[in-house]
Amino acid sequence: MSAAAGAGGGPGLTGRTAAELAALVRSGDVSAVEVTDAHLARIETLDGQVRSFLCVGADSARAAAAAVDARRARGEELGPLAGVPVAVKDMFCTTDLPTTAGSRILEGWRPPYDSTVVARLRAAGAIVIGKTNLDEFAMGSSNENSGFVPCANPWDLTRVPGGSSGGSAAAVAAGFAPLAIGTDTGGSIRQPAALCGVVGLRPTYGRVSRYGIIAYASSLDQAGPFAATVADTALLLEAMWGHDPLDSTSIPSAPEPALTRLEDGVAGLRVGVVSELADVAGIQPEVRAAVDAARNLFEKAGAEVDVVSVPSVEYGLSAYYIIAPAEASSNLARYDGERYGLRAEAAEVEAMNALTREQGFGAEVKRRIMLGTYALSAGYYDAYYGQAQRVRTLIIRDFSRAYERFDVLLAPTSPTTAFELGSKTADPLAMYLSDVCTIPTNLTGACAISVPAGLDAAGLPIGVQVLAPALGEAVLLRAARALEAGFAFTARPTLGEEAA
Amino acid sequence: MEHVAKLARLALSDDEIEQFTVQLGAVLEHFASVAALDTSDVPPTSHPIPLSNVLRPDEPRPGLDREIVLGMAPEAEDGRFRVPRILAEEQ
Repeated sequence: MSAAAGAGGGPGLTGRTAAELAALVRSGDVSAVEVTDAHLARIETLDGQVRSFLCVGADSARAAAAAVDARRARGEELGPLAGVPVAVKDMFCTTDLPTTAGSRILEGWRPPYDSTVVARLRAAGAIVIGKTNLDEFAMGSSNENSGFVPCANPWDLTRVPGGSSGGSAAAVAAGFAPLAIGTDTGGSIRQPAALCGVVGLRPTYGRVSRYGIIAYASSLDQAGPFAATVADTALLLEAMWGHDPLDSTSIPSAPEPALTRLEDGVAGLRVGVVSELADVAGIQPEVRAAVDAARNLFEKAGAEVDVVSVPSVEYGLSAYYIIAPAEASSNLARYDGERYGLRAEAAEVEAMNALTREQGFGAEVKRRIMLGTYALSAGYYDAYYGQAQRVRTLIIRDFSRAYERFDVLLAPTSPTTAFELGSKTADPLAMYLSDVCTIPTNLTGACAISVPAGLDAAGLPIGVQVLAPALGEAVLLRAARALEAGFAFTARPTLGEEAA
Repeated sequence: MEHVAKLARLALSDDEIEQFTVQLGAVLEHFASVAALDTSDVPPTSHPIPLSNVLRPDEPRPGLDREIVLGMAPEAEDGRFRVPRILAEEQ
C-alpha cells in the first residue's frame, strides 16, 4: 500500500472522496477490496449507534470489489466508479440483497431483477455496500417511520437524520460510504442531506430511470445522488442518469454533461432568492442567515442576485399532501399478500388482503393510503385530487415566470436544522411542514440541490437549496459548486468508538 | 372512515380509526385554502414533464422466470399463486 492511502491502511481509506478512491484504485495504489474492507470495518464498528443500514452486503460487496481488481489485473478498462462503495436506499431493487422499502410487508423479499440505477452503478464499477434505512415506502421526513428501526443523525444521535432517505444521508455523513443514492418525492434527498451536512441532488423528473425503484407517488418520484462534495455528486449523477426504455417517463434526450463545466463559475449568472421560502413561517434564524450568506457568496463570485416572488408556493404543501397520498394509495394496492411479501392468515381472500395490509404497514403508510383513497373516492375526486392537480399547474406557471428572469433560484432546504427524535411523531402536519421548501420542485418536475452552508449554534448542519428549471442539472451543479467553494464546509461529525 | 378503510382494504383497529379521523381532518383542513382557489380556467397537471406516444418495437423478449417469481409467493401450487378462497361459504 502506498503512502497516499494513509498510514495504517484501512482507516485512511474512509473519509475520502469517490473521485480520490476511484483514482487510487485505477492507479493500483490500493485495491478495490481494500477500499471495500475499510468501509465495511467502519460500518461494523460505528453503525450500531447510527443505524443507517438495514442490511450490509459484506460478501456481495467483497465479491464485486474482487471482480474490479481482477478486471484491473487483466488490463481491462475500469468504469468511472470502479471500486467506490455506494450505499443504496432500500427502495432500489437489488438481486443480491433484500429489498424492503423499510416495510414489514416486504421483510426479507429478494427482487428478481436489479433496478436500472443499480445496474448502471454496478456497470460503472461501483460497489453496492448495503441497503440504507428509510421511512417506510419513503413516506416521512425523519426516518422515524422506518418499519424496522429509526436512524439517528451522526451529528447528534438524539436527533433525526431527516427523511425519507435518512440512512443514505447519514451513511455519507458518517463516512460509511463516499456515495449514496436515494429517492426524492417531496424532498427526501435534499432535506436529509441538509440535516446531515452533505450534498444531495434531486434530478429533473424523468432524468433518472424509475425502473426497479419501489413506487411511492409516480408523478413525483425521482432518484438522485448524495455525496460529501459537489464534484462527487456530479460524478455519481452521470453514472445514474440517461434514457431507459424500461421507464416510459424517461426523458429520451441525452443529458448535458455536468462534471466538465463544474468549475466554470457563476459570473453573470442570474440568481433569484425565493422570498416566500426564504421567509417561510417557522424558519430558524440561522437558516435564514445562511440563505443571506449564500446570496453574498453568489454576488462575490460575480452573479447577479435579486429577490423573486413565487406566490403559489404557499399552496405547494397542501397540493402535495393530496397528490402524493392519492398516487400512493394506488401504487400500494399491490401489497395484498398474494404474490410476494407478508401474508396474514384468513379463510377468505378479501379478509386476508385487509389483514395483511393492517399487519404489514406502519401508521404513516396507512394514514397516507386512507387520505389518498378518500381524495380519489367517488364524489371527492374533483374537489381534492383534481383541484390539487390544477394548483400544480399554477405553481409550474409561477416558476416558469421566475425562470424568465433568473437562471437559478435560491432558498432554504429545510426551515430548521435536525429536530429531536420523537418531537414530531404525534403531529403528522407538523412533520409535513418540514418539506415546505423542497416540495415545489417535485410538483414542477424540475431539479434542485442542497449544499451544506455551515453549522448552527447547536453544532447541527444547515443546508441551502439551489433550484433550476427542468433539465438544468449542469447549471445547478455549477452554481452549487460556487457555493461549496464559498462556504468551504469541511466539518465532519465525530462518532464515538463504542457502539451504543 | 370505515367506508374508506374498506375501499383501501385495510382492517384498521378502532384506535386507528379514531386517531386517523383527527389527524386526517387536520390535513384536509390545511387543504381548505387550496380548495377555495378559483381554478376554473386552469388545466390539471398529471405529469410534470409530458411525453406522449412512448413506443418501443413490438419484439418478444424473455420475461421473468416463473419458478423464481412463484418462489417469492407466500403460497404457490401447480405453477400458480395460491390464495384463500375467493367466495365466502354462504355465497
